[in-house]
Amino acid sequence: MLLEIDRVEKSYATGDGMLPVLRGVSLGLEAGRSLALTGESGSGKSTLLHLAAGLDAPDAGAIRVHGRDIAGLGDTARAALRRDTIGLVFQQFNLIPSLDAGANLAFQARLAGRHDAALVRDLAGRLGLADFLRRYPEQLSGGQQQRVAIGRALAARPALVLADEPTGNLDEATGDAVLDLMLALVAEQGAGLLLVTHSPRLAARCDARAVLRAGRVA
Amino acid sequence: MRRAALAALLSHWRARPLQLAMLVVGLALATALWSGVQAINAEARASYAEAAATLGQDRLARLVPADAAHIDEADFVALRRAGWRVAPVLEGRMRLGGERVTVMGIDPLTAPPQAGLAALTEGDGLAGFTTPPGRGFAAPETAAELAAADLEIAPARGIAPGIVIVDIGIAQTLLDAPGRLSHLQVHPDQPAARADLAAVAPHLEQRPPDDAGELARLTDSFHLNLTAFGFLSFAVGLFIVHSAVGLAFEQRRPVFRTLRALGLPGRSLMVLLVAELAALALLAGALGVALGYGVAAVLMPGVAATLGGLYGAEVAGSVVLRPEWWLSGLAIALGGTLAAAARDLWRTARLPVLAAARPRAWALISERRLALQLGAAVVLALVAVVLARVGGGLIAGFTMLGALLLAAALALPVLLYAVLRAAQALARGPVAQWFWADTRQQLPGLSLALMALLLALAANIGVGTMVSSFRLTFTGWLDQRLAAELYVTARSDAEAEAIRDWLAPRTEAVLPIWYVEGELAGRPGRVYSVADHGTYRDHWPLIDAGDAPWERVAAGEGVLVNEQLARAAGLWSGDGRLDLPGGPELPVVGVYSDYGNPQPQAMLGLDSFTRHYPDAPQRQHGVRAPPGAVPDLAAGLRDRFDLPAPNVTDQAEAKRISLAVFERTFTVTRALNVLTLGVAGVALLASLVTLSGMRLAQLAPVWAAGLGRARLARLELWRALALAGFTALAALPVGLVLAWVLLAVINVEAFGWRLPMHVFPADWVRLGALALVTGALAAAAPALRLARIAPAQLVKVFAHER
Repeated sequence: MLLEIDRVEKSYATGDGMLPVLRGVSLGLEAGRSLALTGESGSGKSTLLHLAAGLDAPDAGAIRVHGRDIAGLGDTARAALRRDTIGLVFQQFNLIPSLDAGANLAFQARLAGRHDAALVRDLAGRLGLADFLRRYPEQLSGGQQQRVAIGRALAARPALVLADEPTGNLDEATGDAVLDLMLALVAEQGAGLLLVTHSPRLAARCDARAVLRAGRVA
Repeated sequence: MRRAALAALLSHWRARPLQLAMLVVGLALATALWSGVQAINAEARASYAEAAATLGQDRLARLVPADAAHIDEADFVALRRAGWRVAPVLEGRMRLGGERVTVMGIDPLTAPPQAGLAALTEGDGLAGFTTPPGRGFAAPETAAELAAADLEIAPARGIAPGIVIVDIGIAQTLLDAPGRLSHLQVHPDQPAARADLAAVAPHLEQRPPDDAGELARLTDSFHLNLTAFGFLSFAVGLFIVHSAVGLAFEQRRPVFRTLRALGLPGRSLMVLLVAELAALALLAGALGVALGYGVAAVLMPGVAATLGGLYGAEVAGSVVLRPEWWLSGLAIALGGTLAAAARDLWRTARLPVLAAARPRAWALISERRLALQLGAAVVLALVAVVLARVGGGLIAGFTMLGALLLAAALALPVLLYAVLRAAQALARGPVAQWFWADTRQQLPGLSLALMALLLALAANIGVGTMVSSFRLTFTGWLDQRLAAELYVTARSDAEAEAIRDWLAPRTEAVLPIWYVEGELAGRPGRVYSVADHGTYRDHWPLIDAGDAPWERVAAGEGVLVNEQLARAAGLWSGDGRLDLPGGPELPVVGVYSDYGNPQPQAMLGLDSFTRHYPDAPQRQHGVRAPPGAVPDLAAGLRDRFDLPAPNVTDQAEAKRISLAVFERTFTVTRALNVLTLGVAGVALLASLVTLSGMRLAQLAPVWAAGLGRARLARLELWRALALAGFTALAALPVGLVLAWVLLAVINVEAFGWRLPMHVFPADWVRLGALALVTGALAAAAPALRLARIAPAQLVKVFAHER
């Protein structure tokens, strides 16, 4: 199993006390498969994705990547996991503003020591970014920025791609095109994809679907 | 409506207490250094005014010798008989009870009421005042210092510190000046039928009341120097204010927009913002003035010692809280804040209601802005060059300095931008590339603080180079100038003659150091005698000389003048001629360095001197003797003539005293430099703390991509070190140019001497290390915060729902 989420719980402190967000969620994702995670706002989708990426730690339960529980890992080990195994795509793109599109595209692959110039060139071409590589994020449109973010996640050939509303800021046509590309690239690389989305239409294009409701898998 | 709007505006500071603290601390520090310097200046000037007012000199006209050192008592008698209502005054410096004081002798019976003596001599005080051994009056603190003096000194108000007032007869005895007067005070009411001054005493001339005081004029350059450095510190502080206010305005743009959209008129918004700034300025200003009082209290004794050593000015060593500098401190804080915020206020006034907030844009680079900044720097540098070529005077010198420093500060971000771009191009790994690129992106947010650091470092290098060059030259010069092994001062001419006779068979030479005071080229100065002896030829360096200068001086065919006089009056060997007070006009045959002395001075051959000034005191001598014999000679002199310890000084002691005066001269400047560096450190800390709050959005993706928090924190530290290091490197040439301006322009204008410039690379290394420590300290807290930040905080950057 590539990703195994086992009875995970997570709460956040608020002014009125602890707010439970995840209440014993269990999920699994095989390599080469895609899983859509849907649910209402506040249902805990993004939180679950962040926990899976090792960006945050669960209060209870286990998260295993390639069979290794990441919940108990320290900061450095979790950083290494993200660098070597995971590709993250955020709704707000979160590109590095001080680097141009080309450097952003290659950034994580170089960080992981798996930089492949041919792959980056190929990705840039397929993502329609070849003419914009010298531009800085602020000089790119939303669609272009999101394509750079997807390219950045895939250029490192990660085993697991975690995407949080990757088309949420794009119009429908551009969103469809971007998702098509992402699914194709993930399939080519044999990676697993966990896709957080609001859209039942996009969710339907994944191999499997899980719905979160009030912190539980419905 | 305004109350609700104000609450909305102020809520910004409630949410960002650290930003508010930095703004207040920056402004308070800037105000502290400025008002501290102003307090020192005000205190010193109050002392000068008090000295000028002593005996009503600021209200009474005076009769002074037109070109001689003193007036004969016979002149006073002749004038009284001719109907002139004048009162005699004798003034001189002497050591009393171990302290150097100015003794002022007056005649209580003829003194005008404006002299304010009634309170001193009323009742039975008059008999005690005039009858030997007499009684002196002095300011309470001076009277306390003179408790051990042979003369009874009573405390009295209205007398400047360091002055002792005695009866004229007592003064003539104390100063060993029988029958001599310094000047005559003129009653405001004179009989109409008095004789013409030219007929009775043609060698006297009438001078109007001296309301400013000679000291105030003499010390103007010193105070201007202090003011300039105080202003530099204030300007460095304003960088912090400008930066903090600019960010606060940008962050609150959505609030401005909302308030305007909800119906708050633009004018009301501006009123509220100005009121908010004014309140902050007054709060920080009050803190700053209180801190400034502390700074002044700490520095004042050093300043008083410097003014005493350099100019003979007696200044109280303590600071009194004066309402005028409370007010001026608050005013400068208010003015500085509004000036620093002017651009942002102007932009807000013109802000369209629907303008979007761009808090991140505040920290984004704009190459167009950099180009404009470089243009302004080039223009300012050209202004400095033009002023260096055609400008004259101290104000032009400081303007040049200001233009130069501002040009360097404006050019710094452009230079750093280019360096960081090159570093990024040369970097190989992804982290290194990101590090340099990200550092470049932080530049706009940090540039004001780095500019402040550049100014502080350049001022440190410049002033440090000046002081060290001065010290090197001064000690070398002292070694040459203090050639005699022993210096002896007799208490009277008769005693001096006996000492000369006693010394003659025991020493190699006894060199007279006799002088008279008088006007040289329109300024009060001294004419010294110089004996025809190899000591002078061998040891006195001349910076300008004609043929056989010492021989011509010995023959009475010319004079030597000090550098100050040569520069001020354009008197150089060749065509310069000096009109000696009460003596002939002689050609200038050479110019000698005379560091540490702000007054003009001339040296006349001994024979000519005694011929022209037969009444000059002949009490001080330099003694040439084998060094091994000096201790016995000194002891013998003290035993044989019962001389007080300060009257017999060996060479080492004379050097020690001179060096102590020198060191004190720059104590305040050095202290201000260190404080300015401290302010720059606070500026850097303020900027880094402020930016750290905005950095998460830039750091979170890198963290998410696999760089741990600890590594990111280390990189933040390296970033601050790199920027501080580059800034220190840039400050080096600026500091050296500053040193050159101080040595070649400001010192020449302020003090009248020019010094060779020496460089001290070890000092640069020390200062560079200090800059790195400043950078590391400023970055430590934000870096530590980043290392310990909860991942949840970083995740928030990505999370738009839970």
